[in-house]
Amino acid sequence: MAEENQNGKNGNRVSLLQRVKAGMKEDVESLKTDLPAKAKEQIDGLKDPTKTQVYTSIFRHKHDDTPRNRALGVLSNVFLHLHPAKINRDAVRYSYTWGMGGITFYLFIVLTFTGVLLMFYYHPSKIQAFRDVLYLEHDVPFGKLLRNMHRWAAHLMVIAVWLHMFRVFLTGSYKKPREFNWNVGVILLVLTLLLSFTGYLLPDDQLGFWAVTVGTNMARATPLLGHEGPFGPLLHMTPYNDVRFGLLGGSIVDANALLRSYIWHCIGIPIVASIFMIVHFWRVRKDGGISGPAPVMLASEVKEKR
Amino acid sequence: MDWRQLWDIASAPDNVPIVGLMPLLAFYIYLGWKQARATDALIGELETSPAMAKTHHRKTWPFRPGWQKEVHVWPFLLRIEFLAAIIVTIVLMIWSITLNAPLEEPANPNLTMNPAKAPWYFLGLQEMLVYFDPWIAGVVMPTLIIIGLMVIPYIDTNPLGSGYYTWKQRKFAIGTFLFGFIILWVAMIIIGTFIRGPGWQWFWPGQTWDHNRLIYEVNRDLPDLFGITSNLAKAIFGAVIVGGYYLLGGFILHALFRRYNPKDYQRMSLLQYSIMMFFLLTMVALPLKMLLRLAWHIKYVWITPWFNV
Repeated sequence: MAEENQNGKNGNRVSLLQRVKAGMKEDVESLKTDLPAKAKEQIDGLKDPTKTQVYTSIFRHKHDDTPRNRALGVLSNVFLHLHPAKINRDAVRYSYTWGMGGITFYLFIVLTFTGVLLMFYYHPSKIQAFRDVLYLEHDVPFGKLLRNMHRWAAHLMVIAVWLHMFRVFLTGSYKKPREFNWNVGVILLVLTLLLSFTGYLLPDDQLGFWAVTVGTNMARATPLLGHEGPFGPLLHMTPYNDVRFGLLGGSIVDANALLRSYIWHCIGIPIVASIFMIVHFWRVRKDGGISGPAPVMLASEVKEKR
Repeated sequence: MDWRQLWDIASAPDNVPIVGLMPLLAFYIYLGWKQARATDALIGELETSPAMAKTHHRKTWPFRPGWQKEVHVWPFLLRIEFLAAIIVTIVLMIWSITLNAPLEEPANPNLTMNPAKAPWYFLGLQEMLVYFDPWIAGVVMPTLIIIGLMVIPYIDTNPLGSGYYTWKQRKFAIGTFLFGFIILWVAMIIIGTFIRGPGWQWFWPGQTWDHNRLIYEVNRDLPDLFGITSNLAKAIFGAVIVGGYYLLGGFILHALFRRYNPKDYQRMSLLQYSIMMFFLLTMVALPLKMLLRLAWHIKYVWITPWFNV
């Protein structure tokens, strides 16, 4: 506006074209000077990536080797924060814990990972199931390895759970104040066995079929709720309404049993087990962390309640 | 000696875990026992010298004044966890490359497998079917095992031995657990895996499985041995025997327990004591029933129109 007044209405008008030209010249000049400066800045910034906004938004603290950062590395990480920042110097000894609880959890992760991949190739139907396993073993790249890993990890998990329970018993780690967590552990043990057992039927081969037939036949004999069990017939239990019928979705191990076992195996029990695992790990911390190695207590030091 | 037969059983893919479990279990029993012995030696020393008990750090591992009592989880624990994960992954990889998961013919309800075996971890229960009816072996016993495990922390009133391996301070608890876990659970699984053949018959390791073998075994019921014939009398007789077992057995256990575990006995409430007695007697009933069957061919001790024990 000021320029217009100075030059008068018909005065020395700068044409639009000239103004644009001048502006562009300025822009080009700025590119020539600013761009190298900014590029230098950028490159200098990359020399220390830990100062970038992206980095600091992900990692909330420095990683210098200081005690504070070592603690924060565990506490500010969602996957590691179930650990305390520091533990008893002897608690890291393998001979005390045998590492079996952690290995069990790791195997659960391996099983979830391989299990999800297996689900891509499997239809829980009588027509497809067995063929899917054959296809998986012979045509899917690494299919055989995938199935083998799932199978052996499952067996290994059963062994690891037993050894974990054995260690916890031997070290008396179920004692006060960890009674409740031992119970959660017993439930997780049962769920592990059930997970393995429901997976047994899924290949729909003779091995799984007869193992599950033998296993579920026991349910016929459930007291009160089975048609061959004590007092079952008195309660009008028949093969078509008893507890075994409910497990199998039929009176024989057939298509419904396959589907039920698939759903329990892939969805039902993993969800329930995950919930119990959350409680289990949480309670390990809340009950005072890992139980030992604790200082030895002598019989003469026990304070008897009167 | 039929080595081929033995190898066929031991190398059946789904039996490999139980073959692997045996040395693993042996190793971990050794590891626990070794540490328990070291702790017990320390306990002995501390008990004999009160001066030492006042100053000692009370662990079997060395500790000197000035050493930090705690270490950082990162890196000292996490590196072990990462290492364990890597080792387990490598073991699994090698296992999966070298040994294929079993896949048999398609399921066929008209072609019965003989022997039809449950997965290896349930073979203890299947082995129990020989000695008990399915309602006990398949339903009641598993339920009692689960409940029995769950009550352990509430009936074990011994405050000693929490957080370290020891034998001296927890003889009864550890002895009972070893008996239940190793003898009754793992050993039964080993019998079910290696010894039971076609028709669930007993074949010694290395004995050739004979699918046509018949055993003429006359199993008797306990009431028959006493010439009891009427149903009512059999039911009453059985109830007396089973009830008598719990009463007499309970009395013997009571006599032993209060002599050898006076402190635990004093600490336990009536409820804790009776729950422990019930589970203990039920657990011991299993080998007793096995003995009745194997030595005297006795099938049932209690016969009623609704159930048999």
